[in-house]
Amino acid sequence: MLIRRFEERAGQLYGMGLIGGFCHLYIGQEAVVVGMQAALKDGDQVITAYRDHGHMLAAGMEANGVMAELTGRRDGYSKGKGGSMHMFSIEKAFYGGHGIVGAQVSLGTGLAFANKYRKDGKVCLTYFGDGAANQGQVYESFNMAALWKLPVIYIVENNQYAMGTAITRSSSETHLYKRGVSFNIPGEEVDGMDVVAVRQAGKRAVERARAGEGPYLLEMKTYRYRGHSMSDPAKYRTKEEVDDIKAKSDPIELVKKMLIDGGHADEAQLKEIDREIRGVVSESATFAQESPEPDPSELMTDIYIDA
Amino acid sequence: MSDPEIPAGTQMVKITLRDALRDAMAEEMRRDPSVFLMGEEVAQYQGAYKVSRGLLDEFGPERVVDTPITEHGFAGLGVGAAMAGLKPIVEFMTWNFGMQAIDQIINSAAKTLYMSGGQIKSSIVFRGPNGAASRVAAQHSQDYSSWYSHVPGLIVIAPYDAADAKGLLKAAIRNPNPVVFLEHEMLYGVEFEIPDVADWVVPIGKAKIRRVGADVTITAHSRMVGLALKAAEQLAEEGIDAEVIDLRTLRPLDTGAIIESVKKTNRIVTVEEGWGQSGVGAEICARVTDEAFDYLDAPPTRVHQVDAPLAYAANLEALALPSVDKILDAVKAVTYR
Repeated sequence: MLIRRFEERAGQLYGMGLIGGFCHLYIGQEAVVVGMQAALKDGDQVITAYRDHGHMLAAGMEANGVMAELTGRRDGYSKGKGGSMHMFSIEKAFYGGHGIVGAQVSLGTGLAFANKYRKDGKVCLTYFGDGAANQGQVYESFNMAALWKLPVIYIVENNQYAMGTAITRSSSETHLYKRGVSFNIPGEEVDGMDVVAVRQAGKRAVERARAGEGPYLLEMKTYRYRGHSMSDPAKYRTKEEVDDIKAKSDPIELVKKMLIDGGHADEAQLKEIDREIRGVVSESATFAQESPEPDPSELMTDIYIDA
Repeated sequence: MSDPEIPAGTQMVKITLRDALRDAMAEEMRRDPSVFLMGEEVAQYQGAYKVSRGLLDEFGPERVVDTPITEHGFAGLGVGAAMAGLKPIVEFMTWNFGMQAIDQIINSAAKTLYMSGGQIKSSIVFRGPNGAASRVAAQHSQDYSSWYSHVPGLIVIAPYDAADAKGLLKAAIRNPNPVVFLEHEMLYGVEFEIPDVADWVVPIGKAKIRRVGADVTITAHSRMVGLALKAAEQLAEEGIDAEVIDLRTLRPLDTGAIIESVKKTNRIVTVEEGWGQSGVGAEICARVTDEAFDYLDAPPTRVHQVDAPLAYAANLEALALPSVDKILDAVKAVTYR
């Protein structure tokens, strides 16, 4: 819910001109990061590409810091120097936030290499999209990860459109969980709209990796409600297609139904949660507008570390 | 000439440049367990150019890692490991193959410190032979000096002799920033004298005056330093006293040393193995014009590879690359001889 409301608000701020450049919203895909995060232990790493706001909030990063980075202010996670696509938190083991499609897959494999080198028992979740699944370095990484049994879980968030190109127009094999086969990386397809299914699959994969059995590939079948970025009107798909997904498989509505049907919560409790979250998001929007721009002296800092 | 960096009375020993590099890595790996070496053929094969000879035996396969032929992937993996706090040395069999990995070097290693507001560091060394070997044609003969020295966030080092190769590689491995370390295949087998001290480290970012002179400044790096020194010897016979500056580090460039020299000699010839356009020499000439224009008695002049892919044929290859004769011609032009 926090991710949904946060992204709605970020979309509004973008519309008001307070967020610049590229801004890729995660709405519709929330169950993936929430379910996967529930499968992790403290210290396990997460890395992804540029549709990253959801991953950061799921990892426990503060809404204020994320929103202030979106507005390019000094209290943002990267002091305003990274923006939407480039935020990090060592404390929460979130390693970005990367703008080059596919690059995070090699980097995540390297984080897992470090885990194995140190024998510290940590696992790295490495996210990428169906678009990145056609980049060469993804397979270079798969090969090394399997060869060296690195503790990495590859998560393909298959939202079915690489920017404007439907998966059927970009991929000769559209079942992306099979993409690990020639590297002996087992894979499975998961309903990425169902947070419980995601968590269960995630737990199995993470435990396996932690036990030293190597990488695993999870294909999350999901859907992004909004365009590729804020500048994309998404004319490559019909309104009916989007409405149908929203009506039948919205990840948040599914959880609501599960909680109410199972007697875990009632309508009023869920409304109260929504109200609290709206408060957090609203505060973050105010914080992000009130935080000052970075000091001009920041222009030339963080380029090198003094030896 | 005596070297101010070497304490008086220090014993000198002979060593090939390749073994000096190996010793640097071995010493740093003994010193810091987070340092490891990865690349193609670095372990069992002992290095395509035998630079990593003996390292597998001493440190084992977890710290001397043979990779598949997959430069883009293992460079990215190395940067990821560095972000997690390890100190990888990533060997490219040649920098020509490293071009497959240039995205990870620039977009991930060089920029992430800035883009993370100082949170994520990449202490990593990318190293391997750079520039033209002998008769291997255009795809295997490229000089990346100017390419990488263009990029803020990177440190770029290109040593000439074994003492600098060892001392600067040790400094590079200890440095918390990403370092591009450009070696030269033609120098790997050359024996140089090196000071016999326990922990020989050369500071990054300082040029070295290889020959003191009064009439003209010649700047060079890597293999070109040898050519510049030979040219200086011949010039001395003709009564021209050349000062030869070995740049050693290309980023940060030791502008101060160059400007100081030009203020004394009033003339400068830059020498580099790569192409001229947007090159190291172009940058030096721009800085000299900015900062010492009034001291110049002749236009700053560049010696570089001709503006064409490097040819395979022996005669064409020789015509394309800088040579002692080309340096002599350039110096005579700026000294009006």
